[in-house]
Amino acid sequence: MKTLQKLGFGIFIVGLAVFCSLVFIGKYQLSTEQFAEVISSKGIKSELFIDAINTKVVGKEFSGPFTLSTTIIKAIEDANIVHRKNREWSKVIWDKPHSFSYEIAKTAGTGLIKENKGLFWLLTFGLGIFGSLLYILPNVITLGPPGIKNNGIFFNSVTNRGFLGWFVFIFLVTFYVLLYFFPDYIVNWTYIVDPISESLSGNLASQWFLYGFLYCVVMSVMAIRMYIKYRNNKYQILRTTSVWFFQIVFAFLIPEILVRFDKPWYDFKNAFPLDYDFFFSWNLNSLISSGGFGLFILVWGIVLTLVVVPVMVYFFGKRWYCSWVCGCGGLAETLGDPFRHLSNKSIGAWKLERWLVHGVLAFSLIMTGFTLYSYFSGAQVVLGVKTQTIQNIYGFLIGSIFAGVIGTGFYPIFGNRVWCRFGCPLAAYLGLVQRFKSRFRITTNGGQCISCGNCSTYCEMGIDVRAYAQKGQSIVRSSCVGCGVCSAVCPRGVLKLENGPLENRTFSPEFPLGNTLK
Amino acid sequence: MNLPPIIVIGNGIAGITAARHIRKKSTKPILIISKESRFFFSRTALMYVYMGHLKWEHTQPYENHFWKKNKLDLLEETVTQIDPKKKTITLSNESILSYDSLVLATGSIPNKFGWPGENIKGVQGLYTKQDLENLEALTPSIQEAVIVGGGLIGIELAEMLHARGKKVTFLVREKSFWSNVLPKGESELINKHIVSHEIELRLETNLSEILEDENGRVKAIRTDSGEIISCQFVGLTAGVRPNIDFLKDSIIATNRGILVNKYLETNQPDIYAIGDCAEQQEPVPGRRSIEAVWYTGRMMGETLARTLTGNKTAYHPGHWFNSAKFFDIEYQTYGLVAAHPEAPETHFHWQDSSKNLAITIAFDKNSNEFLGINTFGIRMRHEVFDQMLSEKRSVFHVMEHLSDCNFDPEFFKSYETEIISNFNAVQHTDIKPKKKSWSRIFNNLIAK
Repeated sequence: MKTLQKLGFGIFIVGLAVFCSLVFIGKYQLSTEQFAEVISSKGIKSELFIDAINTKVVGKEFSGPFTLSTTIIKAIEDANIVHRKNREWSKVIWDKPHSFSYEIAKTAGTGLIKENKGLFWLLTFGLGIFGSLLYILPNVITLGPPGIKNNGIFFNSVTNRGFLGWFVFIFLVTFYVLLYFFPDYIVNWTYIVDPISESLSGNLASQWFLYGFLYCVVMSVMAIRMYIKYRNNKYQILRTTSVWFFQIVFAFLIPEILVRFDKPWYDFKNAFPLDYDFFFSWNLNSLISSGGFGLFILVWGIVLTLVVVPVMVYFFGKRWYCSWVCGCGGLAETLGDPFRHLSNKSIGAWKLERWLVHGVLAFSLIMTGFTLYSYFSGAQVVLGVKTQTIQNIYGFLIGSIFAGVIGTGFYPIFGNRVWCRFGCPLAAYLGLVQRFKSRFRITTNGGQCISCGNCSTYCEMGIDVRAYAQKGQSIVRSSCVGCGVCSAVCPRGVLKLENGPLENRTFSPEFPLGNTLK
Repeated sequence: MNLPPIIVIGNGIAGITAARHIRKKSTKPILIISKESRFFFSRTALMYVYMGHLKWEHTQPYENHFWKKNKLDLLEETVTQIDPKKKTITLSNESILSYDSLVLATGSIPNKFGWPGENIKGVQGLYTKQDLENLEALTPSIQEAVIVGGGLIGIELAEMLHARGKKVTFLVREKSFWSNVLPKGESELINKHIVSHEIELRLETNLSEILEDENGRVKAIRTDSGEIISCQFVGLTAGVRPNIDFLKDSIIATNRGILVNKYLETNQPDIYAIGDCAEQQEPVPGRRSIEAVWYTGRMMGETLARTLTGNKTAYHPGHWFNSAKFFDIEYQTYGLVAAHPEAPETHFHWQDSSKNLAITIAFDKNSNEFLGINTFGIRMRHEVFDQMLSEKRSVFHVMEHLSDCNFDPEFFKSYETEIISNFNAVQHTDIKPKKKSWSRIFNNLIAK
């Protein structure tokens, strides 16, 4: 069994290595026709740019994406400098340079990878999936009888911030930086999922389709790991199934299929303010111009945030969203599960959490206020600040850096819920409802706590669960996502997630049950 | 002038609970002395550190700044002598400290019964932080281990060593694991579970001798049947006894433990003893005079804190409860269930051994009063049973309200119907289970 697992790990590494090497290989050659197509579809009016590309790029062969990207971006910047100086605003190219470069690279790619998409899918995704399953499935036997299987977690380099943990960290951060800021470097990755994208939406794959597909694959494989690890615990099994289902169907399949039917791409479970650009003018315009269906989405989006979310939190706690439905939660509860114990439990971290997460909530609401005011009044500048600037800052700092690079990239360092705990504005909103008006709590079982610390250690949100349990007090905390792992790892059966009456939910006895002081 | 402090010797659950609760009500200076570790840690979590579930810092229920913030002074020293007349203690570095009140909370030490070879290298118990460190240091050289003594620490040590890939032989003196506490059916369930975890379980086997190799390390043991079992580690887990050897020549009265009255007072003024090291002169009826468990240590600490803050309070623990985990099987108990019931106590036992589930309910055959429950693999609510015991409910009432008692996570399969129909068949009753009621469950809590 161990040999099988080692073999699986080896195959996974080969798949990963091929995947990484794809960035550096491949040839790009832009033909005159392809470039003409790009110019007309993007409505490019800058003759400086067109000349530069025609002389430096068209008809030339580039090996690897980097020189191509540099050449295109330099052409854009040079042209823009001149146009800005001459105040020729209509000729300025407003696209993000790397996104524009991505679009040219996507058409210009030739050779091995583009011609063998299926083969390279098998060599990357195929080997990765096969290898990881070969590594994970034998756990049914190697982990022994069903139960809590946390042996050796703090001896393992990956899960205890060892050398391998830092390696995974660097890998993930690099991946997110490329994805968000340098899509033109990863064009080759998008080729291998083109066939899948075409079969769903009819379009070639963008970097976002690649990301969505990879997300689903990773969640599926790691969900199987969850099923094996927690096979003694039906709550974990059902929760994993739910979160997996909502990712595959709601976040991935339905939006892509909507696009096939010329409807706006929309994830029906992604609630504002996590879906922070829901009220951006481009989205509102797109929804309104999509007829009845677009209006339905608009109404649903508002009802989801204002009615469905708080009502469900009242009855079930924020867990119904954060650990049963949400995509970010979905990745955290599958790929992130091996890192859950790395969250910081100190009081200092809790203070930071409250400032940050509520700060982001306030930021998102202020930004949306500016956005809506601009939308209805037509003013670009509100209170002396450009709405676009606020949106850009939010998108960059919160949407990309916090949610992506830090949120997932830091799994092996700060645990799997960094974004959900410190950054997610929706989590902050759900948390306020959960803390002050909800039937949900984690009940402490009388005086049975032995202060061992497993609950606090394995709390991905960094809640010091033990601090409550050892006092005989139930746990009511805004950040709790109800993953149920504290209850699962408790060796004495002390914790139970449940929805009960509101009265005395935060009751704190003078002593835990057991003593009859007269 | 500095007032002499309340000195607490020992920073386990009893001593720390006392200190914390005194601090809540009083500003008196408090000094906690322990050589074992600077900061309070949960002794029950030692096993998880060894198995890699936790790191040392996770065993500490309070952050390091907690002690200073709450003006609880910590001293890492060993106390060698106590002079109750002068109200002073002497430390191993010869310095002398005065106390206002003295709380002895020195815990337990593992039993040794004079086995030949019990002090050679590679032979130890598992109780202190230092025991854990010693075990960790020995671990690379261990391939085979023998555990002597079939109690709670024994099975934990077996699990620990097994988790680190060691071959474990487990010697149990009795016919079945922990059979002086668990009724037969349950004890046998655990036997099977131990074996399913690849532990070599030797029942009715005693240790005769520990054999030493040429380097002064353990190389094997000999059992009472003459069998030689090769091993590089021997875990002595045949129970614990109060850690009171430092009081040998003191005028503080001791027997097996430090003798205390119901106010936890020793025979010397202003000296108290709590936790594992205390021996009750008048134990609560039905309870033992020394109860070396986490929960009673905590309760004695809570009680003594009241006395030391001006509200003299007798130690009066409520209904007995306890818990443990045997590999993957969780165990809880509420009330008293005898291992070998004597009339009028009688037992109802239900078991689903394929799923490692069992319960035993003890009740009075004549009055049908519910006496206690052992539960394996099914979590139960402490509050509900505590109230049923206080109200002296009948076993029929317990059966009827079994759904209120369940504390398993949501969506877990429930076995109440099966258990009750089983009970009806055996007891010739016709009990209909009541649906779980939030108001019954939570009104209890609120009423307290």
